[in-house]
Amino acid sequence: MPRSTKATPPQPAAGSLALLIGTRKGAFILRSDRARRAWKLSDPMFLGHIVHHMVLDPRDRHTMLMAASTGHLGPTMFRSTDAGKTWKESAAPPAFPKVPEGEKGRTVNHTFWLTPCHANEPNAWYAGTSPQGLFRSNDGGVTWEPFSYINDDPQYREWMGTVQDGTPDGPKLHSIIVDPRDPRHLYFAMSGGGVHESVDGGKTFTPLLQGLDVVQGFDQATPTFHDPHCVRLCPSNPDRLYQQNHCGIYRLDRPSNQWVRIGKNMPKQVGDIGFPMVVHPRDAGRAWVFPMDGSTVWPRVSPGGKPVAYVTKNAGKSWVRMDKGFPRANAWWTVKRQAMTADAHHPVGLYLGTTQGEIWAGRNEGATWTCIAKHLPEIYSVEAAALGR
Amino acid sequence: MTAHIPSALRSYTAQQGEVQAEGATLAAVLTDLDRRFPGLRFRIITEQDTIRQHMRIFVNGAQVAHLAVPVRPHDQIHIVCALSGG
Repeated sequence: MPRSTKATPPQPAAGSLALLIGTRKGAFILRSDRARRAWKLSDPMFLGHIVHHMVLDPRDRHTMLMAASTGHLGPTMFRSTDAGKTWKESAAPPAFPKVPEGEKGRTVNHTFWLTPCHANEPNAWYAGTSPQGLFRSNDGGVTWEPFSYINDDPQYREWMGTVQDGTPDGPKLHSIIVDPRDPRHLYFAMSGGGVHESVDGGKTFTPLLQGLDVVQGFDQATPTFHDPHCVRLCPSNPDRLYQQNHCGIYRLDRPSNQWVRIGKNMPKQVGDIGFPMVVHPRDAGRAWVFPMDGSTVWPRVSPGGKPVAYVTKNAGKSWVRMDKGFPRANAWWTVKRQAMTADAHHPVGLYLGTTQGEIWAGRNEGATWTCIAKHLPEIYSVEAAALGR
Repeated sequence: MTAHIPSALRSYTAQQGEVQAEGATLAAVLTDLDRRFPGLRFRIITEQDTIRQHMRIFVNGAQVAHLAVPVRPHDQIHIVCALSGG
């Protein structure tokens, strides 16, 4: 079970901030001034590549990894050691093992998720792929190897289901989380396939599903039927996780294994369906969601055409509407699970990217929203990066 | 033999559209190409040694479906992106 030792309280970030933006047609970096008021957009990087995720290594604040593919070519990974000025391709991107003749092996369609490993494991990274696979690099993303046993385990393969059990863009392994107190304590999530935990560095994983709803008529105890959209751990209290799920918003306080559906406290006309989940860097009681219409055929756009973020300041007991600055009507936005994030500055800034190609910044923890970039390609991911000097 | 490289892969070949490679089978040619231009093969061939869904390979104008196809020193190999996209 998770240790209850205290995490080092995170301090507010200072200095240069950049938003790392992955889109369906390339990557961009949006750099701010110190006040986070003026923003400058880079030229496109790898124009035409599908960039699912671009992440800065917080341990050196210079290394970046970018998970990329194209419509035709196989997946790859690009790596920068100078904060995005120059890039080099990984020598061995994530790939499943070759199976013997006559057997049907899996192939990585794309790497979907990147997570730096523990602060005490420099140069080590985890990656989650589509179809669901878990990989690790120990050399800063130059080479990748399958990690843990789950990629080939018959039980896990059954829980992963088929392509038809995943998202329309392919089933995904995502939300890879490392406990900041213990590099052996890991979480990951699969769409579909549920949330899973390891306390032994990946030697074993167990499902973490209690309290999570599934679509009516399906067996709650079967991981295949669970669709966690995004899971986040609170840096200021690593015993607390929040989750935006296909079936609601949840909080989990360890050592309990019971998720609590805090989305039931959202306004009924808005509902508690969406993709991203954002946590406050220093206050485990605060978290944000960006609701999507989850009715009928799952439109996955802002309910009623009115974009809005909701914040809880009391761990989900109540939610506050935050839409000052957003269009008031006829704005049918979709924000994907990796496309909303927070910086670690004071006060916290929020950022989201729409599939229509706009970046919006929520100053003062989302109190007011401003469009800071537009006319980009379809946005897949937005990460706030505190760059080194 | 000569391998014709599509524009999408010329970042690996210093923008050359035609490159030389050696091998007795298509698999060996692709291995040789990857030795000369690291990373090229995985963009065309999966980890299960199959041609990727939206890639096509032709030997002397005839499309091939697997890597065991024998090739000769003067063959022309065309690697192309399938006419699909968006």
